[in-house]
Amino acid sequence: MDIETLVPMNASTATGRGAVELAGIVKRYADGTLAVDGINLRIASGTYCCLLGPSGCGKTTMLRMIAGHETPSDGEILIDGGNVVGLSPRERGTAMMFQSYALFPHLNVRDNVAFTLRVRGIGKAERYREADRVIEQVQLTELAQRLPAQLSGGQQQRVALARAIITRPRVLLLDEPLSALDEFLRLQMRSELRELQRQLGITFIHVTHTQLEAVAVADQVVVMDRGHVVQSDPARTVYAEPRSAYVARFMGGQNVLAGKLESVADGLATLRDAAGRGFALRVGGAVRATGQRLQFSVRRDHVRIAKLAGATVPPLNAVVGLVRAVEYQGTFVKVTLTLDAAAAEDDPFVAYVEEGDYFAGPIGIADRAVAWWEMDEMHALAAE
Amino acid sequence: MAATVRKPGLSPIMSARLKSFALVLPLALVLLVFVVVPLAVVLAVSVFRYDNFEVIPAFTFENYQSVLSSHLTLSLYLTMLKLAAMTWICTLLIGYSVAAFLVFHVRSRLVAIGLFLLCTVPFWTSNVIRMISWLPLLGKQGVINQALMASGLIQEPLQFLLFSDFSVVVSYVHLFTIFMIVPIFNAMSRIDRSLFEAAHDAGAARWQTVLWVVLPLTKSGIVLGSIFVVTLVMGDFYVVKVMSGGTDASVVSAMYDDISTLLFPHAAASAAVLMIILTAMVAAILRLVDVRKELVSGR
Repeated sequence: MDIETLVPMNASTATGRGAVELAGIVKRYADGTLAVDGINLRIASGTYCCLLGPSGCGKTTMLRMIAGHETPSDGEILIDGGNVVGLSPRERGTAMMFQSYALFPHLNVRDNVAFTLRVRGIGKAERYREADRVIEQVQLTELAQRLPAQLSGGQQQRVALARAIITRPRVLLLDEPLSALDEFLRLQMRSELRELQRQLGITFIHVTHTQLEAVAVADQVVVMDRGHVVQSDPARTVYAEPRSAYVARFMGGQNVLAGKLESVADGLATLRDAAGRGFALRVGGAVRATGQRLQFSVRRDHVRIAKLAGATVPPLNAVVGLVRAVEYQGTFVKVTLTLDAAAAEDDPFVAYVEEGDYFAGPIGIADRAVAWWEMDEMHALAAE
Repeated sequence: MAATVRKPGLSPIMSARLKSFALVLPLALVLLVFVVVPLAVVLAVSVFRYDNFEVIPAFTFENYQSVLSSHLTLSLYLTMLKLAAMTWICTLLIGYSVAAFLVFHVRSRLVAIGLFLLCTVPFWTSNVIRMISWLPLLGKQGVINQALMASGLIQEPLQFLLFSDFSVVVSYVHLFTIFMIVPIFNAMSRIDRSLFEAAHDAGAARWQTVLWVVLPLTKSGIVLGSIFVVTLVMGDFYVVKVMSGGTDASVVSAMYDDISTLLFPHAAASAAVLMIILTAMVAAILRLVDVRKELVSGR
């Protein structure tokens, strides 16, 4: 049997492989908990997609349903146009890399990698030839005879990766692939995964709870919260233009502020918050009623900050507060303010000040400071 | 630097060695008194002369000669090996299935442990009672025969049910299956469940997962269980006697007969031979699977 014939092919193969579409996916467990609550999602073929969210948001459940290790209670999963619910992973043309790697402890690297071909009845010579090719691709040739227990975490992960890609799946599913590695390896593997995806040209769906990881590797970032998709966009959009306060807070790098709408004219809204601060921002065409509460985000690295003494506080788009913490971060300094008249549940306000700027006029802890920004740096958030 | 001040007398290395010796000593003493000394006595007696009335402490190999050249010995060993093989196959099949059921099919860990303890309930009574309780079941007028006759399936009572190899093996299986279940249960419990998903992901059918994943990973459990069962059967003397209706004898029951007629040296030589054969069998099994490696290498 030829390796190519192992992979289920269909008409859409010519136009690209591994387009995934989820339609109304619901996963309800026997005890009534709703892990995934009506998800619609489209992932184009050849995309590196990250499912991102805190633990318990349903991202792993979703991955496992795409992989065929769990059955959705409702909804359809389409891969290259065909519904795959009820099909085995093999019939789906997916392969999964498990969080714990799930390597067979009694088989050496070569046999682990060749296992998938073995169950498909490929002869020893051919499956070893194919395994050696993939093992070389993940740079483990010297370790091919070792048992998993004799490998480091990073090496084990490469074995798991090799085992997953040997059948040339349409979709590769990675369940927190980097979580068990140390920081250095994590960065290295991250770029290797990205590179591998580019080489193979197949769809990668990667589950993670680390924002930076998702932003660094993914073409498409899907942010999830309690069984829902809250935003699915290119990495830069998710980071720079979060749809909701939840996404803004979860992705980080944003200050989330809010105020009551005082007026809207020509897409320009003016707000005033409980402490009397005025803000003005563009809100686009959406119809909004005055008096409505509106949240917006401001990039932390696009905020300017100065000591209050001697500075003039702009009438709009500025906040005043007490400096609570100053952290040197190498390329920038993180200055944390507690805003005047802040309620207990309000987030602290954070400014990332470029290193040179900060040391030109340093602000110390317990100083009162004013932070302000241009209207273009503001981004209106959807109500949650 | 108080820590570096040496106590007078013992160097730190010496005292560390002394500590290890002290820790090993209790177990070493137990083994010495209850294993080494009795074995030495048996081996010593096995080369003594004897006549009808007394044991004479004089060196001879005659006892071994008599044991090894006797047709009785050969036929006893063949019988026991046959019984051991039948028992081994039955206990392995039952034990493996029960362990697999408990580990893989019972979802709740608590229920699995509860069912596992249930397997040990028969052990709350003595071996003899458990064995004898088969008599009314398998007997000529026993429950099984009566039920079969009442249902019209048979006209005559089945003779092979009791006082036969069948009844002996049934008793062995009843008595010893737990020794197969425990190590296999243990080995199966240590298998990471995600391996099954990985196998499923690879497209493995059920039988392929069993053959290429579960079986290799439970090898150590099978070997340990097999050693228990085979040595227990080979060392038995009572079950054969009772359940075969006295028609069969075992290696050990022959020794018992020797002892009751005061042929201690002959019995001792026979015991030594049995021990060597069993040791060789266990060694052969262990050569097939390195149990130590399997147990030590943490999965």
